[in-house]
Amino acid sequence: MSAAAKPGLMADSVKDAAVAALLVAVLGFFFFALRTDIGTGGLDLTYRWGLWFIAIAIAFGGRLLLNLFVFKTSRPITGGMSISIPEGVMSGIGRVLGPVLLLIALTLPFIVMAVYPDRDRQFIDLAILIMTYVMLGWGLNIVVGLAGLLDLGYVAFYAVGAYSFALLAQYFQIGFWTALPLAGLLAAVWGIILGYPVLRLRGDYLAIVTLAFGEIIRVVLLNWYEFTGGPDGISGIPKPSFFGLDFSRTGGFAEFFGLDYDSIHRFIYLYYIILILALITNFVTLRLRKLPIGRAWEALREDEIACRSLGINTTNTKLTAFSIGAMFGGLAGSFFATRQGFISPESFTFLESAIILAIVVLGGLGSQIGVVIASVVMIGGIEILRNLGFLKEIFGPDFEPTQYRMLIFGLAMVLIMVWKPRGIISSRNPSAVYKERKKISSDMVAQGEGH
Amino acid sequence: MEYFLQQLINGLTLGSIYGLIAIGYTMVYGIIGMINFAHGDIFMVGSFIALATFLALVAIGISALPLILFITLLVAMLFTSAWGWTVERLAYRPLRGSFRLAPLITAIGMSIVLQNFVQITQGARVKPLPPQIQGGVTLIEGVTENGTIAVQLSYMQMIIIATTLALMIGFSLLISKTSLGRSQRACEQDQKMAALLGVNVDRTISLTFVMGAALAAVAGFMFLLLYGVIDFYIGFLAGVKAFTAAVLGGIGSLPGAMLGGLLIGLIEVFWSGYFSVEYKDVAAFSILVIVLIFMPSGLLGKPEVEKV
Repeated sequence: MSAAAKPGLMADSVKDAAVAALLVAVLGFFFFALRTDIGTGGLDLTYRWGLWFIAIAIAFGGRLLLNLFVFKTSRPITGGMSISIPEGVMSGIGRVLGPVLLLIALTLPFIVMAVYPDRDRQFIDLAILIMTYVMLGWGLNIVVGLAGLLDLGYVAFYAVGAYSFALLAQYFQIGFWTALPLAGLLAAVWGIILGYPVLRLRGDYLAIVTLAFGEIIRVVLLNWYEFTGGPDGISGIPKPSFFGLDFSRTGGFAEFFGLDYDSIHRFIYLYYIILILALITNFVTLRLRKLPIGRAWEALREDEIACRSLGINTTNTKLTAFSIGAMFGGLAGSFFATRQGFISPESFTFLESAIILAIVVLGGLGSQIGVVIASVVMIGGIEILRNLGFLKEIFGPDFEPTQYRMLIFGLAMVLIMVWKPRGIISSRNPSAVYKERKKISSDMVAQGEGH
Repeated sequence: MEYFLQQLINGLTLGSIYGLIAIGYTMVYGIIGMINFAHGDIFMVGSFIALATFLALVAIGISALPLILFITLLVAMLFTSAWGWTVERLAYRPLRGSFRLAPLITAIGMSIVLQNFVQITQGARVKPLPPQIQGGVTLIEGVTENGTIAVQLSYMQMIIIATTLALMIGFSLLISKTSLGRSQRACEQDQKMAALLGVNVDRTISLTFVMGAALAAVAGFMFLLLYGVIDFYIGFLAGVKAFTAAVLGGIGSLPGAMLGGLLIGLIEVFWSGYFSVEYKDVAAFSILVIVLIFMPSGLLGKPEVEKV
């Protein structure tokens, strides 16, 4: 471990760190050292040599430390972190993990209210957000993880669901619970309409066409001012009611059950709605995997030509996957609309599709638990940045942690993928088994090839 | 007629820019079969580097405009290439041989990183640069009932079209005549075999990214000069359109990328000129969808063979 034990380690590391520092110096020169700003009479150029030198120093120091202790030593200190867990224990944890997470999810609002009574609203709101992404991830998992169709425009169906409900509410005064199935249905129909012409495309081509569809829908929503309100969006979307009781101050839920009025009730109610919707998504997926159609999806993912030879109608199989995935996207969109009370095309950009796909892939394609873990890590993780007020005391009052949110998100996407290309959960449960039920490595499963 | 000609010229100018970006997509797709999603953002990085260089050169007191433009072009190409190389080294090389979705996700991640990095270091507001090259020649002057209408070919447009042409010719020679071009084509056909025959595959792939980034930097600089406004988000739309151009021309084919770029530029300009400006992006995306459905191998591409 020490430098003496391995001659040349120090020299190697320093040389390598110097290269890294040089690279940062070159890359960062026009971004750290120079900055253009709108000033009087055109653009002003300001010089920030200090920032540039700090960036170079950080690159040099960081790389040197990584080299000395992780990359180039024979016994990296991170070696202690990867504890090898016996297989029996791991599968035991796997069996317990699902029910434990479910139990936590079911009781979460009350845990939060007991532990953080002063910030419960914020935490439950975050839980609702994470749960929405879990549901979207599970919906997309049907398309990408099971059927192997790479969809980069999933947000289109999210948007269809949200706008369906908002427009139905605006023009026909339809409430959330009536509109929800309609929105799901409309999204599924759109899934078929958009899916039918493109499903014979393969892999990346399918990805880029779905991306194009997502953008087309967004641009239409943005420009069809008379119908959708264009960039102004739609506001005043009704809140969901509890068997006809709404969550208003008088004559609502609280009064009926003899409780003191508290706005937290509505948040808890919203949380349970999205939890149930997500669990339905999960349940339907798990059941479908045991039906012929689910088996056909997975067979299609593994080998399309073999499927065709065996007489599976690939078009119909792909279309069902696409439309069922779209339906859950639509339901989630409807929920998003009612939760926000306001929607605009701003919420349905390509970035949203990328985030959902990232959650599915980072969690481990086809793994239901993986989606949950990835949502909590990625969405919860970046939300934590909002609460890092203490950093302001270190870096000065101008330091705004939230502006680094997406930068960190992107870096995390790259790092997790490089670290575990098959996602955080790297084992799969095969749907069909020969003799005994066992987990297999995800390397043995075709993923997102989109035949 | 005059209006049509004017739109034609404008479309060709815009198309040249798309074509230059499309070459980066098509080369990378040809050689490693992945959509380099971050390429649009490399283009954006290139335009920011060009802007800063331009202002710095003006600030240190160089007054000859052609000299400034030339140095800016070189600096932008050089530094943007470094970005292209780094992105490949960090996000794609570790995943070579992994399953197909992994590099696509890292590419999207890199795209998010680049956008936000530029937004944080350079600010979110747009950067306007007043037009540097003014004037032009009037080709035709026509008389209509509303007055005269002139077909203008500005010096700016001439420079853009001429530079693109020169780069295209130089680039085709590079691919067809040099040993680098030969190893690139070898890697495109069969990486394993190329490696066995002594081609340094990793280096070749890196150089592909470097060349793509250099051309994207040229496109970024021209975009800056032509429109005079850039921000950290221009890469996404330009990237998708350039990718559309690459697909339209037949992915993997260099002349195809250029042709596709010109067509997309023309379609966009004519659509804005004759129908509606709001839906010009829809027009470009619809073309992408239609081409992929009915002609998946593009105009000049080779049809994909399905292997069992």
